[in-house]
Amino acid sequence: MGASDFSKLPHIGESLKRKEDYRFLTGAGQYTDDVVLAAQSHAVFVRSPHAHAKINSIHIDAAKAAPGVLGVFTGADVAADNINGLPCGWLITSTNGEPMKEPPHPILAQGKVRYVGDHVAMVVALTQQQARDAAELVEVDYDVLPAVVNVADAASGAVAGAALHDIAPDNHCFKWAIGDKGAVDAAFANAAHVTKLDLINNRLIPNAMEPRAAIGSYNRASDEYTLYVSNQNPHVERLLMTAFVMGLPEHKVRVIAPDVGGGFGSKIYLYAEDVCLTWAAKKLNRNIKWVADRSEAFLSDAHGRDHVSHAEMAMDKDGKFLAMRVHTHANLGAYLSTFASAVPTILYATLLAGQYTTPQVYVEVDSWFTNTAPVDAYRGAGRPEATYLLERLVTRCGWEMGLGQDEIRKRNFITSWPYQTPVALQYDVGDYHACMTQAQQLADVAGFAARKAASEAKGLKRGMGYSSYIEACGIAPSNIAGALGARAGLFECGEVRVHPTGSVTVFTGSHSHGQGHETTFAQVVAARLGIPVENVDIVHGDTGRVPFGMGTYGSRSISVGGAAIMKALDKIEAKAKKIAAHLMEASDADIDFSGGEFTVRGTDKKIPFGQVSLAAYVPHNYPLDVLEPGLNETAFYDPTNFTFPAGTYICEVEVDPATGSTRVDKFTAVDDFGTIINPMIVEGQVHGGLVQGIGQALLENCVYDRETGQLLTGSFMDYAMPRADDFPEFKLGHVCTPCTHNPLGTKGCGEAGAIGSPPAVINAVLDALRPLGVKDFDMPASPHRVWEAIQSAKA
Amino acid sequence: MQVQFTVNGRAASVDVPPNTLLVHALREHLMLTGTHVGCDTSQCGACTVHVNGRAVKSCAMLAVQAQGAEVTTIEGMATADGTMHPMQAAFKECHGLQCGFCTPGMVMSAVDLCKNHPNASEGEIRELLEGNICRCTGYQNIVRAVQVGQKAMAGA
Repeated sequence: MGASDFSKLPHIGESLKRKEDYRFLTGAGQYTDDVVLAAQSHAVFVRSPHAHAKINSIHIDAAKAAPGVLGVFTGADVAADNINGLPCGWLITSTNGEPMKEPPHPILAQGKVRYVGDHVAMVVALTQQQARDAAELVEVDYDVLPAVVNVADAASGAVAGAALHDIAPDNHCFKWAIGDKGAVDAAFANAAHVTKLDLINNRLIPNAMEPRAAIGSYNRASDEYTLYVSNQNPHVERLLMTAFVMGLPEHKVRVIAPDVGGGFGSKIYLYAEDVCLTWAAKKLNRNIKWVADRSEAFLSDAHGRDHVSHAEMAMDKDGKFLAMRVHTHANLGAYLSTFASAVPTILYATLLAGQYTTPQVYVEVDSWFTNTAPVDAYRGAGRPEATYLLERLVTRCGWEMGLGQDEIRKRNFITSWPYQTPVALQYDVGDYHACMTQAQQLADVAGFAARKAASEAKGLKRGMGYSSYIEACGIAPSNIAGALGARAGLFECGEVRVHPTGSVTVFTGSHSHGQGHETTFAQVVAARLGIPVENVDIVHGDTGRVPFGMGTYGSRSISVGGAAIMKALDKIEAKAKKIAAHLMEASDADIDFSGGEFTVRGTDKKIPFGQVSLAAYVPHNYPLDVLEPGLNETAFYDPTNFTFPAGTYICEVEVDPATGSTRVDKFTAVDDFGTIINPMIVEGQVHGGLVQGIGQALLENCVYDRETGQLLTGSFMDYAMPRADDFPEFKLGHVCTPCTHNPLGTKGCGEAGAIGSPPAVINAVLDALRPLGVKDFDMPASPHRVWEAIQSAKA
Repeated sequence: MQVQFTVNGRAASVDVPPNTLLVHALREHLMLTGTHVGCDTSQCGACTVHVNGRAVKSCAMLAVQAQGAEVTTIEGMATADGTMHPMQAAFKECHGLQCGFCTPGMVMSAVDLCKNHPNASEGEIRELLEGNICRCTGYQNIVRAVQVGQKAMAGA
C-alpha cells in the first residue's frame, strides 16, 4: 500500500489516546531501576575527580575488605581479560585522506584519566550503600596534567602539555570538508555583498528524567548473559558490545531496554558501565545493578552541541544567495562516543543549504579532543547546529541588505522538487512558502507593531525572530550511510504476528522512550487490517523477542520502523487474500480487502479478517498444497532517501533592558511532517522539542572551568532546566507534503522543535536589542548575559 | 529502625537504617516503584508523594519522619477496581505525559495543587508546577491536564 491510500484509511489522522498511559499513570511502568532480580548486587563506579591526570597507582585492598564487597575491578582486570575499548560507529576520513584518529576508549581507565567522571574502578557489593562506602576506600594516586576544555583552546593549542591521546598529540581528530571550494571562492569574489557571522553553539547536557541504569546478569547453566539497560536501541547495544568489545557470540547475549524514561540521543550509545556490568556479572556469577545518580549523569552522559563557527554568505545586490562558506570547530570531548564523528559532519554540514537555493556551499570542520565528557548526538544531532548557524546568518543577511527576516527567506526559498543541494542531499518534496505564510498568520505578524509599541510604553523591548529549518530524518539509506562512513546498516525490522482469533502482536526494532509507538504503530496496523486498535499490541526493546532492528533516533521510527511494519502488512494482506480466495472459492485476483473484510469483487460474498486468521491456524479447509499455514510475516525496510521535515518558526520576546530579563511572549511553529497519523502525539513531540530548543536559547548551558576542567553546572541547582513557567502556550500549525518514497508519507517529528527554535529565539532577542546597538549575541540569553550585551553596546 | 505508617490506606512496617530516605523505603522495602528518583538535589519532583495530605518530595524526608503518617503514592491514586483518579484521567486525556518517568510526581503535585488552589489560572498553574521537571512534554499538555483535572476534581 502506498502513502496516498494509507492516509485515507479510517482513524489515520485521529488523536487516539495512548495505550501506554495507564501503566505510567498508575505507577506500573517498569523502568530498569524498577526491575529486581534474584540475589541482585550493586555496582558503584569510582570516577576521576581530575580532568586530566596520569594514574600512578590504584589501591583497592581496603575496598575489597569492606563489608559486603563482592569485587573491585580496575583497568588492569579489563586488560587481563582482553576487553576491548568502546568503538565509534562512524568513520570520517580527513581531507588529506587519512582516517580520523581513533584513540582507545577503555571501559576502565588504562593509566590515564581524561575527563572529570572518567571511569577508574567499579566496586560491587551486596547493597548499594556498601558499594558506595567501599568505593570511598579506593585510593588512586594521580599526577594531575594540564587540561584543555574549550574547543577554541584545543584548536589554538593554547594549553601546553594537554595532549589527551598519544595517537593525536595535537588533540586533532579530523579535518573534514564538503562542497566545491573553488566555486564558492569564485562566487564570493563576484558578490555584491558578503555577510559574516561568528557564533558559538553552546554545550548542553541531555538530562533525560530517568538517569541511565543497567543490570548485568549471567546464567552459568546456559552460558547466557542478559543486560537490562535504559537504552534507545538494544540490538545496536548488543552488536557493539558483543562483536566489538567483549568478543561474545550474539545469541548468548540478550539486551532488554524496558520502559525508558526519555533518551534524546543520550541513550543511543554503548557506555562503559553497560560493558562493565555484563563482564562482571559472569566473573562474580551475580546479577549486578547500577543506577546513575543525577550527578553521575551530568558528568558521564554524552553531552550535546559545542561548536564554534565562522560563516559567510555571498549575495547579489537583491539579496539572492550566491554561495556560503563555513568553518566549524567541533568539540568531541575526551573520547569518540558511538556516533560522535557523524554529528559535526554528515548530520551537520549536509544541512547547511537549508531551505534555500544557494548554488554553492563549502563547509570545513575541524574536530578536537578535550578534557570533557564525550559529545555525541543530542535531540537533532548536527541539524540544530546547522539550523542555528544558517538561520542566524540569514537573518543577519536580511538586516544588512535592508530586507525583513521574511523577505530574505522568501527570495531564496527552493520552490521546486526534487531539489539537489550542493551538499549531497536531495530533498524529495516540500512547500516552504506555505509554511512561512501559515506561520505569519498564526503568529499575527500584522499585529506586531502594535504589540511592540505597547511594550515600549512599558519600557520594554520587543523583538521578533524567524527560523525556517530543514532536517534530514528517517535515517537512512544504508548504502549511502555506508559510503559516508557508517559502520552499521540503518534499516528497520517489523514482524506482524496475527493470532488465530485475529488479534495482532507487532514486534518492532524501533524503541519507544516516550514517543508513543505503542499507540501510533498500533493505529497503523489497526487501520490497515480494519480491526480495533485494542486488538493490536506493540512489542519493542528486547533482543530476545524482536528481530534485529536499529532502534530509535533521528526521528526515524515511523518513517523507517513504521514502513517496515507496512511492508510486513503487505505480506500479511497478500497471504490472507489467498486464504480468503480459497475459503470463498474465488480467484486471488478477485479479492478485495478493506474495513477488515475480504470480499469477492462483483459478488456479495465476504468474510471477516478473523475468519481468515483462524483458517490460517486451523487449516482444515485450506490450500495446504500451495500455501503454508500461519499468518506471521516479517519485513526489513531500508529507505531509499532521507525524509525532509521542514517548517518556519516565529518567536516573539520581550526584554527588560534594565535587568536583561527575557521572556518568550509568543511562539509559533508550523511544520511539514508529511502524513500525520496521531496529531496529539505529534504535537506533544513538537512541544517537547520546542522546550529543549528554547531551553538552549534562554536557559541551558554546560560550563566547565576553563583551567581545571571541573564541571561547574553539575546539578539541577546549577544547570537551568526549563520549567513550566518559562514558556507561553505554543501555537502550532501544519503543512502536509507527503514524503514521496515511503509507504506512509511520513517524515518524522521528534526533533523539529529542538532544531528550529534556537535561532528563532536569538533572532528575536537581537531584533529587540538592535535599537540599543547590540549586534551579536551567543546563547543562552540569560538575564546577566543580555544585560551585559546591552551595557557593552552602550560603551 | 522500625517505621510504622499507613501507605495507600494500609498499615505498613519497614525495618530500615536511620539514614534511609522515604523514597527508598517506598521503592526498595515496599516495592512501590511508581515513585521515581530523578535527581539528587530535591529539584526534579519525580519522587513526590502525599504525606498526611500534603505533597512532599520523598527524597527530602527520612523514612523515620513518616512514623505514624499517612502516605499516599501514585499506586494509591486509582480506586480499588483500577479506575483512575480524575487527575490521572486528565493526564491521559490531554497527553500530559510521554516517557512517564516524571509523571507520578507530576500527578501527585497536580492533585495537591488543585486541592490548595482550586481556581489557579494557567499562569499560576505554571508557577505552581515549578518544583517538577519534565523533559519530554514541554509542559503545555501537563498544564492543560491540570486544568482539566482541576475541573474534574471540583465536580467530584
